[in-house]
Amino acid sequence: MSDQDALQGVVSSFTMQRTPLYDRHEALDARIVDFAGWAMPIQYPSGINHEHLAVRQDVGIFDVSHMGQLRVRGPDAVAFLRWSTLNDAGRLRLGRGQYSMLPNDQGGLVDDLYLYRDGDDDFLVVANAGNVEVVDRHLRSLAEGFDVELDDESEQWGLVAVQGPGAALLLERLAGTDLAAVRKNQTVDVAIGGCAVRLARTGYTGEDGFEAFVAPADAGAVWDLITEAGAIPCGLGARDTLRLEAGFPLYGHELGPDTNPLATPFAWVVKDKPFYGREAMWGVDPGQRLVGLRLAGRGIARQGYEVVDERGAPLGEVTSGTLSPLTREAIAMAWVRTSHAEPGSELAVLIRGQAVAATVAVPPFYGS
Amino acid sequence: MHTPDTLRYARSHEWVSAPEDGIVTVGISDFAQDQLGDVVFVELPDVGRKVAAGDALAVVESVKTASDIYAPLAGEVVEVNASLEEAPEAINEAPYEGGWLFKLRVDDTAAWDELLDATAYEAVAETD
Repeated sequence: MSDQDALQGVVSSFTMQRTPLYDRHEALDARIVDFAGWAMPIQYPSGINHEHLAVRQDVGIFDVSHMGQLRVRGPDAVAFLRWSTLNDAGRLRLGRGQYSMLPNDQGGLVDDLYLYRDGDDDFLVVANAGNVEVVDRHLRSLAEGFDVELDDESEQWGLVAVQGPGAALLLERLAGTDLAAVRKNQTVDVAIGGCAVRLARTGYTGEDGFEAFVAPADAGAVWDLITEAGAIPCGLGARDTLRLEAGFPLYGHELGPDTNPLATPFAWVVKDKPFYGREAMWGVDPGQRLVGLRLAGRGIARQGYEVVDERGAPLGEVTSGTLSPLTREAIAMAWVRTSHAEPGSELAVLIRGQAVAATVAVPPFYGS
Repeated sequence: MHTPDTLRYARSHEWVSAPEDGIVTVGISDFAQDQLGDVVFVELPDVGRKVAAGDALAVVESVKTASDIYAPLAGEVVEVNASLEEAPEAINEAPYEGGWLFKLRVDDTAAWDELLDATAYEAVAETD
């Protein structure tokens, strides 16, 4: 092993920010890594595969308190978000959530987001941990002329994701509430152990589940109750394999400042309306598409690995890859030339110089 | 961290068994497998390959990362642990037994004594 590899994950946690659940992770003997400046658990001692399967088969809990929350409020909140984001905030109903993206003026993205509508003129925007400041700055730069107020509420929220087929039942028992009527992307206010919790039926795993917004001071108590009720603590490693198996994008991998979302499976997010940066994005074809890949061998196609055709000519680049803990199949997402982007197209990934055969596939990479 | 004192270790986290008839067995340490996390794929060298000390000759991939494995001593690959192709998790479960990677016929058995002993290796691992 190279020393550099061994050093990964043995990072000093002194200078990193800590979530309200940091002491829980330490007590569970999690491996802590620096993720976007936050000391986060990448895995607990039972390992990524175990955690991954717990979510697919039962229920797991993730600390995602490192994500950022920005409040957008004011008479022009809808108009402002319709202009600054790609999905249509005007179509978002009260008490619902919406996946969206923040375009730059170069045809690419500043971040991907979740929007929640808490009032007619009141939205909570959830951004990726590493992008909160950039998103905040970007939104402020676009806010001129709109009657809106922006507040960074990141420090006011603890956030845990409870995910898996057993998530609803577990939370129903703890909250003493029937959650059957709560639809996907809908929010509901409940109490767990006397703590106020806002549950949103959302997630990043491909399973049913909820994200629970809590006051930072209550995060530990809520985490304890949910884990005591049987949810398996899961780290960022399993979060990544789960989202990849489900075919969800991760900013910095599938999405970035140069990626046109219209060339991805997430083009549905982009609604045909005026928005910031539209000229550089709308109708502009990058000549490549973001696709899923199934590999014939078991080597892992990692970010940056080259994708080639049968003669070795370059087609594009891998954005993420892993071995599916569920199917034991090597899977990946990649940008490839449009000529090779149809499902079933045969191509290859260069793994340490060796061409490993791969087929274009439509995620999710599991299930029927 | 489990570090048997019958073995010698390289700074790059391989363990090496004492030479028997000039042949040593090589794997990765308990510390190394713990750092890597769940191992999902192993690329083994061809039997018969001649290597110098420090040559990269195998790859161990975990969910997290791919790590090169280096030859701790010069010699020739005489056997590889083919069972790892089907069951790479043996590296996590039993790094010093079922998780061994390959055997080398070493050019100079005396070089084994110059590798790190268990105490010295643990000191290296702790500062990593």
